Amino acid sequence: MELTTIWFALIAVLWMGYFALEGFDFGVGMLLTVLAKDDTERRVLINTIGPVWDGNEVWLLVAGGATFAAFPEWYATLFSGFYLPLLLILVALIVRGLAFEYRAKRDDSAWRSRWDLALVIGSLVPSLLWGVAFANILRGVPIDADKEYVGGFFNLLNPYALLGGAMTLLLFLTHGAMFISLKTDGRIRHAARELAWKVGLAAAAVAVAFLFWTQLDTGTFGSAVAFVLAAGALVAGLLAVRAGREGWAFLGTFVTLAVGVAGLFLALFPDVMPTSLSGGLGLTTTNAAATDYTLKIMTIVAVVFTPVVLAYQGWTYWVFRKRISVHHIPQAADASSSSVS
Amino acid sequence: MDPTDIARWQFAILTVYHFLFVPITIGLSAIVAGYQTAWVRTDDERWLRLTRFFGKLFLINFAIGVVTGIVQEFQFGMNWSDYSRFVGDIFGAPLAVEGLLAFFLESTFLGLWIFGWDRLPRKVHTACIWLVHLGTLFSAYFILAANSWMQHPVGYRFNPDTGRAEMEDFAAVLFNKVQLVTFPHVVLSAYLTGAAFVVGIAFWQLVRGKREDDGLYRLALRTGAAVALVAAVGVAVTGDIQGKIMTDVQPMKMAAAEALYETETNAGFSLLTVGSLDGSEEKFSIKVPGLLSFLATGDLDGKVKGVNQLREEYEQTYGQDPGEKYYSPSSYVPNIPLSYWTFRLMIGTGVLAAVVAGWLLLATRRGRRPRGRTIMWAALCLPFLPLLANSFGWVFTEIGRQPWAVFGLMTTASGVSPGVSTFEVTTSLTLLTLLYAVLAVIEVKLMFTYIARGADPAPETTDVHDPDGDADRPLAFAY
Ligand code: HDD
Ligand code: HEM
Ligand code: HEM
Repeated sequence: MELTTIWFALIAVLWMGYFALEGFDFGVGMLLTVLAKDDTERRVLINTIGPVWDGNEVWLLVAGGATFAAFPEWYATLFSGFYLPLLLILVALIVRGLAFEYRAKRDDSAWRSRWDLALVIGSLVPSLLWGVAFANILRGVPIDADKEYVGGFFNLLNPYALLGGAMTLLLFLTHGAMFISLKTDGRIRHAARELAWKVGLAAAAVAVAFLFWTQLDTGTFGSAVAFVLAAGALVAGLLAVRAGREGWAFLGTFVTLAVGVAGLFLALFPDVMPTSLSGGLGLTTTNAAATDYTLKIMTIVAVVFTPVVLAYQGWTYWVFRKRISVHHIPQAADASSSSVS
Repeated sequence: MDPTDIARWQFAILTVYHFLFVPITIGLSAIVAGYQTAWVRTDDERWLRLTRFFGKLFLINFAIGVVTGIVQEFQFGMNWSDYSRFVGDIFGAPLAVEGLLAFFLESTFLGLWIFGWDRLPRKVHTACIWLVHLGTLFSAYFILAANSWMQHPVGYRFNPDTGRAEMEDFAAVLFNKVQLVTFPHVVLSAYLTGAAFVVGIAFWQLVRGKREDDGLYRLALRTGAAVALVAAVGVAVTGDIQGKIMTDVQPMKMAAAEALYETETNAGFSLLTVGSLDGSEEKFSIKVPGLLSFLATGDLDGKVKGVNQLREEYEQTYGQDPGEKYYSPSSYVPNIPLSYWTFRLMIGTGVLAAVVAGWLLLATRRGRRPRGRTIMWAALCLPFLPLLANSFGWVFTEIGRQPWAVFGLMTTASGVSPGVSTFEVTTSLTLLTLLYAVLAVIEVKLMFTYIARGADPAPETTDVHDPDGDADRPLAFAY
């Protein structure tokens, strides 16, 4: 296989990991004020993802870095082209990241509800915008003969892209609710199950519409298989949550997101950023790539270290495998009493 | 202002801001890990209390370090897309490796450390914070390798067909001679920063805090001061070597650092100068004879080239290559007053930090508790001094490299994103700067609150590791 193809696949894997992992972090963040009745319950929700959210976010950073290294032209065109949406995502990720760390740092309910709002919005904005961004990449955007994006901001807000945004938003919500039902106990667990089922139905409807549209537009045989698998996993997940099998249900949405992203990349290949202009020059795995030498070095690094990373990330989930419920939250809500965080 | 200037302001503001948190993260993670190790070894609960006290402050700092770092990762593509196209083949690799090797390590093991107090055996838990520290060192190594390549490009070839620099030798990029001295200089200055933070806070608590915690803060003060003094010596030694390498690879930077216009032997180093703004005329200065020659060449009588001669040399060397697109004729002379003053202030504020740390150590020997106003102020300022030195160091390094983004290869002006409008850059500059300003206020307030509160008493049980039983125990260290 060509090195460029391998790197296209590796970047796809990084996005699969990012969506499947940070997807539930975003979901939990968005559900913070919906599912929790009081502050203790909010802390239960936050603590389900507390030890892992930062590690999950690194999937995005590595996807960005890998794109820079393996497809510099793609990195340059994409990041300078989708400027304002990326800026919004950055701001969202900033306030969201701080909300985790800072909300419990003062015993003051106004302070806490402000950070909670930051956490909800900071999770919602990227959930929506990642879908918008990916849909636009698939659909093709105006890129001129110098490989520069010339489309402006409003070009990115077309019906297909908005449908993509709605899909990621709803899928992340469902995924988050599944995760909460798996990781908590008591009232929240049951409320999360109910919600996962309801939101999941909406997610399924939107996802089928979006994936179908994508398949008609740019689909290949491979993407069709992936989309069918993703949809099947979603249906299975929903049935499982209905039956109270939370582990299987979470696995269902996990597979939906991972395989769904794989399908999107299969539909994209061998383009990485097609152009919608007739005189433009779209980016492909070959014309956007780094040299073989760089790709070779990077392949060695990836082959050696990715298993190590997967092993210790997996171990974290194992260490924190227990369900959390309200009686695990220390009584004094104020972090000063006993908490190190 | 044109988009290039705005993009430069944005880069400078966001990066310097990121680097206020970075050195504290690097330095403090090592010190906290040291405290926890001491606790595990001696079972003395004072070490545990210090671990938790400074651990909390560390986390408040770390949070901003992480979120501002995310912006850095995206910035190159957003504002510097032509730069990214030109160098991506070389520059992208260390950045990607940094993510894979460093960021995963830092974030995963920090999560384990925060939440693992009663889930993991003591030794494993201590290993987690050491791994976080290791992650920060990896991170520093790879990002500095990328930066050193910009200072002194090696291991590449300019490919006229693709119009970009392409990597030929990854090892040369990783073991660039500039990198080999920049890395220890930056890491040691981070240790100095972390240690100064500990010393300042420990002194303040020692004098103001509870009597019964006297011994606790003395311990912190002494360990912190020891690290600070050793690191300061290391910073000076590596800085001296850096000066010589810099004279070799970027002679203009050294000339700018002294505002030396004409070539001299036995060139002096001025501690301060009053003169015209561009430094071309001096009215008054305090000079140490021969010191600049020594810094630049290791010999008091060494020859240091002046700006005027270097300008001619640069014009001959860099006149054409690597072609129109990446070359815009400019003067090759960086901003001289800025280079001059930031160089001095880096050394000055850094050395002052070490002096103050030493003074606080002496003043508290054998149970003394000095209470004078001056010493209190000095202690309060101490944590900020190395932070300033770090910022000055970076501004000097990066300004002194101008007009180049990649020395000798690509000018800063030609690296900016051609497709990004002034409106877009201005929006992001304004939005992020305002956001960062608000965050700075929040962070400083939180820091002061937690510093003033002092160390908590040791928890009754710290060794309740019991992975399978007792699922009903509260999570002791939840968010
Ligand atoms: C000498 C060290 C050094 C330097 C020059 C930089 N950083 Fe940094 N960075 C760190 C040392 C560091 C660190 C110590 O590893 C941090 C600080 C706080 C933290 O969480 O890790 C970090 C965090 C951090 C993160 C967040 C990682 C996470 O989520 O855990 C990113 C994406 C970057 N940085 C990227 C950059 C880029 C693109 C830089 C160049 C412009 C840069 N940093 C300069
Ligand atoms: C790998 C790491 C780094 C890279 C790739 C990098 C890259 C750049 C680039 C492309 C510029 C040119 C744009 C400009 O002139 O503003 C620049 C300038 C600058 N950078 Fe760096 N930099 C790095 C690290 C840092 C760090 C850690 C700091 C300090 C905290 C820093 C501070 C600055 C400053 C102050 C300027 C000058 C801004 C100006 O000229 O107006 N840089 N750097
Ligand atoms: C005591 C004497 C010191 C000397 C002789 C010295 C020397 C230097 C030199 C020559 C450079 C520029 C390297 C280049 O551009 O190629 C530099 C950069 C720098 N210095 Fe110092 N320095 C000293 C102290 C400090 C202190 C105390 C700190 C911080 C606490 C510090 C932090 C930095 C930083 C962050 C940089 C930018 C990164 C780099 O290029 O290494 N320095 N120093």
